[in-house]
Amino acid sequence: MELIRINNLCKSFDKKNVHKGVSFSVIKGECLGLLGGSGTGKSLILRSMIGLEKIDSGEIRIAGTDITKFNERELLSVRQKVAYAFQGGALFDSMTVFDNLAYPLREHTKLTETDIYQKVLKTLSDFDLKGNEYLLPASLSGGMQKRVGLARAIILEPDIILYDEPTAGLDPYNTKVIQDTILRLKATGVTSILVTHDMPSALAVCDRIMMLMNGKIVATATPAEVREQPAGVIKNFMMGFHQKRQKGRD
Amino acid sequence: MMQILATAASTHLLSIFEFFGGTFILFKKSISECLHRPFYLSLINEQIYHIGVRSLPLIIITLSAIGMVMTMQFGLGLQKFGGTLYVPRIVSVSIVRELGPVFTGLMIAGRVGAGIASEIGSMAVTQQIDAIRALGTSPIKRIVVPRIIGTCIALPLLTLFANIVGLLGGIIIGKSDLNLAPSFYYNKIFETVTLMDFSTGLFKSFVFALVISISGCYYGLRVKGGTREVGAATTQTVVMASILILVSDFFLTKIFFIWEKWN
Repeated sequence: MELIRINNLCKSFDKKNVHKGVSFSVIKGECLGLLGGSGTGKSLILRSMIGLEKIDSGEIRIAGTDITKFNERELLSVRQKVAYAFQGGALFDSMTVFDNLAYPLREHTKLTETDIYQKVLKTLSDFDLKGNEYLLPASLSGGMQKRVGLARAIILEPDIILYDEPTAGLDPYNTKVIQDTILRLKATGVTSILVTHDMPSALAVCDRIMMLMNGKIVATATPAEVREQPAGVIKNFMMGFHQKRQKGRD
Repeated sequence: MMQILATAASTHLLSIFEFFGGTFILFKKSISECLHRPFYLSLINEQIYHIGVRSLPLIIITLSAIGMVMTMQFGLGLQKFGGTLYVPRIVSVSIVRELGPVFTGLMIAGRVGAGIASEIGSMAVTQQIDAIRALGTSPIKRIVVPRIIGTCIALPLLTLFANIVGLLGGIIIGKSDLNLAPSFYYNKIFETVTLMDFSTGLFKSFVFALVISISGCYYGLRVKGGTREVGAATTQTVVMASILILVSDFFLTKIFFIWEKWN
């Protein structure tokens, strides 16, 4: 069953056309990897999917409903079902780790403070963050901030999770924790899109990998196909070839 | 040269229109958010404490100094004409109608307006505003509305306090420099200042509160780049809020005079 469908998405800033008709779909329970060079608009696609950015034209259908026509109030309900894990965590710096995680629960559920306390502690323990609940984000390492951000994004148990470079700049331990989390959530039937430059992570967790280049999706492959391919857009990107050379090769 | 001047003038004019349009839209959205649940009373309380209680020392120092200086100036000026006895009347009306609300407004524009703009601007730079939206909540409801309501409650109360402190400053200088008995000064204040004087001052401070909070939130939310823009937003807020306080004070005074004449 198709849960996400993006049709002919176009977006430009001033005179720069970032997206020139991006189209793809994601089926329920699938984890889709979105690759591309810096500045190709990968994160922009994720931001558009929850209405943080307005698109110029095209359709973004979540569970069959086009959300591009939604106003800010209507988008609030979409955002409770589609979680967005920010690249830098985007934690509220005036709140403790506990309050950051409790925030969505206090806003959108009728749980008692005791239930919220237990749920937050359980989530923190899943992310190996127990014992840090009363620290402010400023006293956490970058990796821990990312994990807290991810924990906050998934605490409402959303149907769809959009990961924006969740493993960028992390050490192997933190990378592994995040990969395991993505796989664990995938096993529960959560649909996800992973924007990343981290090829080992993409190959480890994604069901399908897509390449965004020059404002369009130029290639799609499964991790097995990418591993087996001797060359190709995704393989070349993985090997670090320059995009112009890639164009010539393909 | 003329072309450069014309371009600069049109850019400024455009930014002024942008400001008024943007703040109007923000105010409209804030009103609409006020009407929907949930109501963040704890956040409003927090803002009242931050804006009101924590600004008290600044207001005490500023308005007591203003009250003292005004009494001294009028005292010395009127002494030449034997009019020292009129000092309490002039000073008290000036403080209650004009100097109390305006100076409190200007001080709060500097302290709180700048604080609001830099805090919201920093949140925008670090994607915290986006995070509020991404978590299915409204930044206007969580960030803007508590600040507007908090300022609108705290500033009139601060003005009331500022008036009292300013008048006390006048009483002290009246006694020490002008030989006016505190009881005489005190009685003259109550003979002169009417409820209307107090109300106009408080109404002005309410308008100034709207100006300060909405300007701060507007410039804070507009921050898109880095820390440099946060600094620019802070400066713009203080400049714009101060100008608007002074300009709106003129028009409000004019309106109140016309209204008083009619009644």
